[in-house]
Amino acid sequence: MECVSCGKCFQLERVINVEFEVIIGLEVHAQLLTKSKIFCSCSTVFGAEPNTHTCPVCLGMPGVLPVLNRKVVDFALRVGLAVHCEIAHYSRFARKNYFYPDLPKGYQISQYELPLAEHGYVEVTTNGKSKRIGVARIHMEEDAGKLLHDERMEADSYSYVDLNRTGVPLIEIVSEPEIRTPEEASEYLKNLRGILQYLEVCDGNMEEGSFRCDANISLRPVGQQRLGTRTELKNMNSFKNVQRALEYEIRRQTNILDDGSEVIQETRLWDAAKGVTLSMRGKEEAHDYRYFPDPDLVPLIIDDDWIEVVRGSLPELPQEKRDRFIKEYQVPEYDAEVLTSSKSLADYYEESVRLFPSPKVVSNWVMGELLRRLKGDDRDIEDCPVTPRYLAKMLKMIEDGTISGKIAKTVFEEMYLSGEDPEKLVREKDLLQLTDEEELDRIIEKVLSGNATEVEDYKKGKSKLLGFFVGQVMKETKGKANPKLVNEILRGRLDR
Amino acid sequence: MDLYRLKIHELQEMLQRGEVRSREVTESVFRRIDDVEGKVGAFITLMETEGLECAELADRRIEGGKQDGLTGIPLAIKDNMCMKGKRTTCGSRILESYKPPYDGTVIKSLEGHLSVPVGKTNMDEFAMGSSTETSYFGITRNPWDLGRIAGGSSGGSASAVAADECIGALGSDTGGSIRQPAAYCGVVGLKPTYGRVSRFGLVAFASSLDQIGPLTKDVRDCAILLTAISGHDRLDSTSVDIAVEDYVNSLDRDISGLRIGIPKEYFAGGIDPDVEKYVWDAVKELERLGAAYKEVSLSHSEYAIAAYYIIAPAEASSNLARYDGVKYGYRASSPEGLLDMYAKTRSEGFGREVKRRIMLGTYALSAGYYDAYYKKASQVRTLIARDFDEAFKVCDLLLTPTVPAPAFKIGEKTGDPLQMYFTDIFTVPANLVGIPGISVPCGFSKDGLPIGLQLLGRHFDEATLLQAAYAFEQHTDYHLRRPSLDAGRGK
Repeated sequence: MECVSCGKCFQLERVINVEFEVIIGLEVHAQLLTKSKIFCSCSTVFGAEPNTHTCPVCLGMPGVLPVLNRKVVDFALRVGLAVHCEIAHYSRFARKNYFYPDLPKGYQISQYELPLAEHGYVEVTTNGKSKRIGVARIHMEEDAGKLLHDERMEADSYSYVDLNRTGVPLIEIVSEPEIRTPEEASEYLKNLRGILQYLEVCDGNMEEGSFRCDANISLRPVGQQRLGTRTELKNMNSFKNVQRALEYEIRRQTNILDDGSEVIQETRLWDAAKGVTLSMRGKEEAHDYRYFPDPDLVPLIIDDDWIEVVRGSLPELPQEKRDRFIKEYQVPEYDAEVLTSSKSLADYYEESVRLFPSPKVVSNWVMGELLRRLKGDDRDIEDCPVTPRYLAKMLKMIEDGTISGKIAKTVFEEMYLSGEDPEKLVREKDLLQLTDEEELDRIIEKVLSGNATEVEDYKKGKSKLLGFFVGQVMKETKGKANPKLVNEILRGRLDR
Repeated sequence: MDLYRLKIHELQEMLQRGEVRSREVTESVFRRIDDVEGKVGAFITLMETEGLECAELADRRIEGGKQDGLTGIPLAIKDNMCMKGKRTTCGSRILESYKPPYDGTVIKSLEGHLSVPVGKTNMDEFAMGSSTETSYFGITRNPWDLGRIAGGSSGGSASAVAADECIGALGSDTGGSIRQPAAYCGVVGLKPTYGRVSRFGLVAFASSLDQIGPLTKDVRDCAILLTAISGHDRLDSTSVDIAVEDYVNSLDRDISGLRIGIPKEYFAGGIDPDVEKYVWDAVKELERLGAAYKEVSLSHSEYAIAAYYIIAPAEASSNLARYDGVKYGYRASSPEGLLDMYAKTRSEGFGREVKRRIMLGTYALSAGYYDAYYKKASQVRTLIARDFDEAFKVCDLLLTPTVPAPAFKIGEKTGDPLQMYFTDIFTVPANLVGIPGISVPCGFSKDGLPIGLQLLGRHFDEATLLQAAYAFEQHTDYHLRRPSLDAGRGK
């Protein structure tokens, strides 16, 4: 973090820590993975030809009426319960009125005074310390469409409206202003996204916009009760960008306050390329959305039975899973954290352990080779060519000595590239472990006689040289020799 | 025989017996339109070609023995109900050439019966008005006195029925828009319980108040048409899943013992003497038929108009936001940028009354004013509803004049919106409360203008409403009188 004004000194960081407390609140919009839209039966599938997933209802034709998709309520309830919210037995949809060409009715159906869920929390851990960040509310709403602008931007150029996304269900999750650092903000988002993915209600893709985040941020002198003037940050499409934007904004506001000036309440856009936030609109240009209850939709009544059915269907959530991994598989906390970072990875791990019940060995391979390889290719675990069955099979082959640990790395690489059965690969590529003692004897003989000086030194007491001889044998056998046997034979010969 | 003069139930029997064909009836109606429409101006769009095609289909169905209620009956539809591929204007320039891509639920029902569409009737722009003077397509005249208004906003439907330009019609009622023109034009008009008839396909004015309902030549026809359009619709979340009663076959149920409440506040003054006389005559007639009447109090009714003119414009300001020139309807030419396109399109596309209400509603919902206006009005609405609940504990129906005075002259109130708003003083509460109401002819003023009697019932108790109206009608002949438009008949 460098100083905004000079770009070199680190003085400002000290100032932040000493004098100001940072107050951050996050608003997350998550697209729900229902098959149809929230108020009509159109498909929610992404990427269709413009305006093909539309009907009179989502096009906002005169005379149409919305009908609530029950599945959306189910999904929103899952989230509400997973983040420990109180569920409202009586909630209402409201209209948020504003004009924009991607909003065909001239209002967005959302919830305002009576949201679906309130007063929950998400647990975050930063620097080894756990903390609960309050979730103020969760409400359901419809997404807007998209505008496509003519690149020329001439007087005769047009803007086009694609309403496929109009009516795709969203939930908005609003945190309490209890986040104090950009790291906490990032952790909160990661955990929240993990929960949504575990619940299988949102794919959590920030780049494609199915998981979006806006931030409210203000500073106040430490000890002051009254909140400072906040700015709202938009357009941050990755965890990293959220963190960078917040860091920038802290520096910017600190500078302003240090100068004795006042922060202006406004909405600012994060420019990731330039690494700055830029003013989008001021308070006086802020919309008056004229919210009022939508008379086209009846109040949403949710009874205890409905809540309990949803509660009963909740899957194990990331934290519970992590704790169980530590207990059940005896893996270190760090391993458990990594392995449960996504549900599909956790599923992969568990399936592998089921087939090869050595949790720590599996964990080492998954967290080592597997994740390294996936990360390098920017691939998700879902697209991993090595199935848990093949991974387990390969681990078994190491265990029973069919291949060496070293060769296993080659086998893994081959499996990763081809998706083939490790047995087949070992056979075809001649990677079987060399366990024939006569054969090994012969090779060791050759190594020892070729390194007479080292043999002398060893016998004089330089026992560290054993490793050198093992290495030489491995080199000679292209890593196929059984290291245990090699050790035994070597010791037998040298220590005689 | 002038077939166009007949009623739905008369034609039903004749069609069933094969005494007449729908095609003949339909032709008769269109000849009648040729004769009188120039004077009345009830329609925005006529559908002669489609109507005759449909009549042929209906005749074939009837030959096959399947006359069900409305088959082959020529009906007029208010121009705020969406008919696939047929211009639906709402009386507004902004939808001058708009053709919906779908059929509303009520239209689908009528099509299912193979009733014959005559045309789309004139209305106050977006149903905002009480006189059908705010239509972009011109004024509809009262067939009883062409110098007077037909009422509104369903003035086109009411005058089309009164002038025999159709056999029956559909209108919509947000604050009296069916009952008030029905009273002015001497026909029967019913606003069903909120939720009884689907609103899907009805272009919204004020969503929590709008209901579609029939305008007919007598009460039996009203029951027939109401039966055809009532029922739960999954496409309308506010429609209610309560079984539809047999309104037609229960019509002649004895009304003796029926308790009728007379809300004293409604007779407190300001009612035209002719109206007051005939309404009290109606009370006596019903009493003679065995009903008992007693005075009741609806003490919050005096705030109904005030609450209505907050709630309805507030909802309208949001409902009409979609007319922005982006997707359909009128778009101003050569705007400079997006905001200018919105401003010009809406300034040029909407008329004065609509703009007035959009501004009223926008104001009432604005930050800092919401509590004082919209929220307060909603609270008043609840109080008014409680008054009615109390009243319905001691009576089965409420009886009032439909309108304080007979039809006024064209242009008489256009300069004074408040005067215009107060013509709805007796009809608005039923919309705020959601209960059904009917207006039936109950007399004629000294000037020969029709006077309407309003009956209000409990939620979903249209049957009782219709029974009382029918009993009254059976013992009076006001509904049989016709305007003398024929005097100037050319053919």
